[in-house]
Amino acid sequence: MNLLVLKLIAQRIALGILLLFLVSILIFAGTQILPGDVAQSILGQGATDQALANLRREMGLDDPAVTRYFNWLGGILQGDMGTALSNNRDIASSLWGRAQNTLFLAFWTALVAVPLAIILGLVAVRYQNRWPDRAISGTTLTAISLPEFFVGYVLMYFFAVKLGWFPSVSTVYDGMPFADRMMAIALPAATLTLIILAHMMRMTRAAILNVMQSAYVETAELKGLGGLKIIWRHAFPNSVAPVVNVVMLNLAFLVVGVVVIEVIFVYPGLGQYLIDHVAKRDVPVVQAVGLIFAAVYIGLNMVADIVSILANPRLRHPK
Amino acid sequence: MADPLLEIRNLKIEVTIRPPGEKPHDITIVKGIDLDLARGKVLGLIGESGAGKSTIGLSPAGYGRGGVRITGGEVKVNGRDILQLSKGALRNVRGREVCYVAQSAAAAFNPAHRLMDQVIESTLFHGLASRSEAVARAVKLFRKLGLPDPENFGQRYPHQVSGGQLQRAMTAMALCPEPDLIIFDEPTTALDVTTQIEVLAAIKDAIQDTGVGALYITHDLAVVAQVSDEIMVLRNGELVEYGETRQIIEDPQEEYTKALVSVRSINHQAKAPEEAPILSVRNITAAYNKSADPVLKDISVELSPGQTLAVVGESGSGKSTLARVITGLLPPKVGQIDFAGRTLPRALKQRTKDDLRELQMIYQMADVAMNPRHTVGTIIGRPLEFYFGLKGKAKRERVNELLDKIEMGEGFIDRYPAELSGGQKQRVCIARALAAKPKLIICDEVTSALDPLVADGILKLLLKLQEIENVAYLFITHDLATVKAIADSIAVMYQGELVRYGPREQVLSPPFDDYTDLLLASVPQMRVGWLEEALANRRMASQGN
Repeated sequence: MNLLVLKLIAQRIALGILLLFLVSILIFAGTQILPGDVAQSILGQGATDQALANLRREMGLDDPAVTRYFNWLGGILQGDMGTALSNNRDIASSLWGRAQNTLFLAFWTALVAVPLAIILGLVAVRYQNRWPDRAISGTTLTAISLPEFFVGYVLMYFFAVKLGWFPSVSTVYDGMPFADRMMAIALPAATLTLIILAHMMRMTRAAILNVMQSAYVETAELKGLGGLKIIWRHAFPNSVAPVVNVVMLNLAFLVVGVVVIEVIFVYPGLGQYLIDHVAKRDVPVVQAVGLIFAAVYIGLNMVADIVSILANPRLRHPK
Repeated sequence: MADPLLEIRNLKIEVTIRPPGEKPHDITIVKGIDLDLARGKVLGLIGESGAGKSTIGLSPAGYGRGGVRITGGEVKVNGRDILQLSKGALRNVRGREVCYVAQSAAAAFNPAHRLMDQVIESTLFHGLASRSEAVARAVKLFRKLGLPDPENFGQRYPHQVSGGQLQRAMTAMALCPEPDLIIFDEPTTALDVTTQIEVLAAIKDAIQDTGVGALYITHDLAVVAQVSDEIMVLRNGELVEYGETRQIIEDPQEEYTKALVSVRSINHQAKAPEEAPILSVRNITAAYNKSADPVLKDISVELSPGQTLAVVGESGSGKSTLARVITGLLPPKVGQIDFAGRTLPRALKQRTKDDLRELQMIYQMADVAMNPRHTVGTIIGRPLEFYFGLKGKAKRERVNELLDKIEMGEGFIDRYPAELSGGQKQRVCIARALAAKPKLIICDEVTSALDPLVADGILKLLLKLQEIENVAYLFITHDLATVKAIADSIAVMYQGELVRYGPREQVLSPPFDDYTDLLLASVPQMRVGWLEEALANRRMASQGN
């Protein structure tokens, strides 16, 4: 590790933190602009003006926006996300349980989908424009073209209803045995895999094909190396950067974009939590979840940038 | 032939071309070639681009670049026809019996892996030695090829070493599996002339020490004369002449070979300047950004109307930067440029239309200097419209006049650049520069991408036009033969400094400074045994110091 790389990485991290800060302002401002008011929705249409005013004062809703923003941000930095308005529960603790579920599903999906996508991409390059390539491109494209709820219901119909291999409802709870948990997430994980596979596979294929034109690939061929060995050893290391970027975008999707799947399979993740509280106009919860989603996106893209820097031998080993 | 390593009989190679708007069709690029190579001998394949020399050269590896197919004949390596081998068996020939050294080692090494891993890769892959044996072999080769710090050289990445070192490392990579045959494909063409001589000597030594057979592909007859036992001259996929090196160089039989041997036949008398200078570069110092070291250090040169000033130097000497400063693309830090009796504004944006018109430029890559979607007429007509407001018939007439001047004729006016040969493209660029009626044309390596005979034609044309138009040329090049052919005065640059400057006869006559001496001594001469003499002289000179 050298100073140049450290400097570049430090820059990326600083940039990520700055970005997250700006996003927090946006989230806060956005929820302020929304019409309606929490006190009104708690007390209902019949509340007297006096009661509304009292509640607003009690909740600090009368303070200037800047004060409220810094109170909110300060709390979050200390791990205090405030209290949900709708049920008076501590947001941080209920959010953490949901986040664990979401991460659990995302982790196992990624563990299957990412290597699978990359291997399929390598195989597609090896048999470029022959039947394995066409079959891989065709099926993954079909899977991504179908709406995710449709894929989810089709899998549920065959594997839960007809064959009865997996449960159709993916409810998980604290203290659930690991094996049961894996059974429960099998179908949502399979659905998500089908959805993110095509994207990553096609980027891997395109990035490697781009490199396959290089003179050093010809050199490898003239050394007598075999097809997959050339692709794996000589082409793939030089196409890591674009692949990692797409992988990270898809991982972020696994955390923040799975609302539909969670609803279909009744999986208690962050997405459902967010939807529930949007319906109740529970601003503190929406802000907290929004900030977490932003942090996941920014964090994963930061990782992608750092991996790209580390994958570049010119930066790792300067002259 | 006693122990034939390579026998090629009636080799035919085809390629499918897909011209836009036409049906794809096959054309034959190699039309029945025979050749034999004995163990430990070197055969030079020489010809212009498109002669089929690389395609023939790659056939012993059973490899065709970009859709090229071997469609007939026999290619026997060590007695068996590699065209009949299965894919797996062919892979066993590649990297074990037949190895390859590419023109651009910088592109042929994988940037992601250390040099050592790449050099020993085929040796390990084919199971020819254990890792430690292979590493020992590689270190020995690094030492033999004169690479610095041979023990640790392999630990570096390709971007950490120079172009000449990479070319040697590539030779080591080809030698490491101890093959029977190595294909050298223009291994020194991309190198500076002072580096070329060292790499050439290293390659020659390595071939002699290891007894490997080699096909040496190049367009430079003077280079191949130094390393090969026999030479085969090719043109348009057909054999022109095939014989011992000495016979080809000293007693060529065919017209085409004679033309190749006597290339650079231009006899241009250097003229003394008659008029006051049109261009005076005064004490220019320039850098690419504020804090960086200057790329040009206190450069002053002058050029008179109708004269040619050749700026010579290796890559990185600052010669192209000088062109950028004169054209205003890079405002200098210090100094000024006087042109046609006035001082030019430093930056391009501040210059008047006349400043721009009177100072034109021609580039090395005619291909990328023209819009591929414009016809020749539009390309040449553009400056006519922009500077003189010519339109319609008047413009067309003037374009035809210019086409006539570059010896191309009216038939070309509606053609697209893709339909032209390399030499024709460069001619169109010359016509475009002339269209502006310039007083000075900066020619940046305009013949470097062309085959020798074509380049010769371009130089003759430029000289003829200079007679007629009285235009001055600032001619930037790394090729000393070109300089000798056309220059009236010469500026030699090295690492941003002007090391020698004056009229041609004076610059090219002793006593020389060290760098000019090295540069002149490094230009390959068209005779057998030049390399040994040049190296011996160099050694003597270094002992004398």
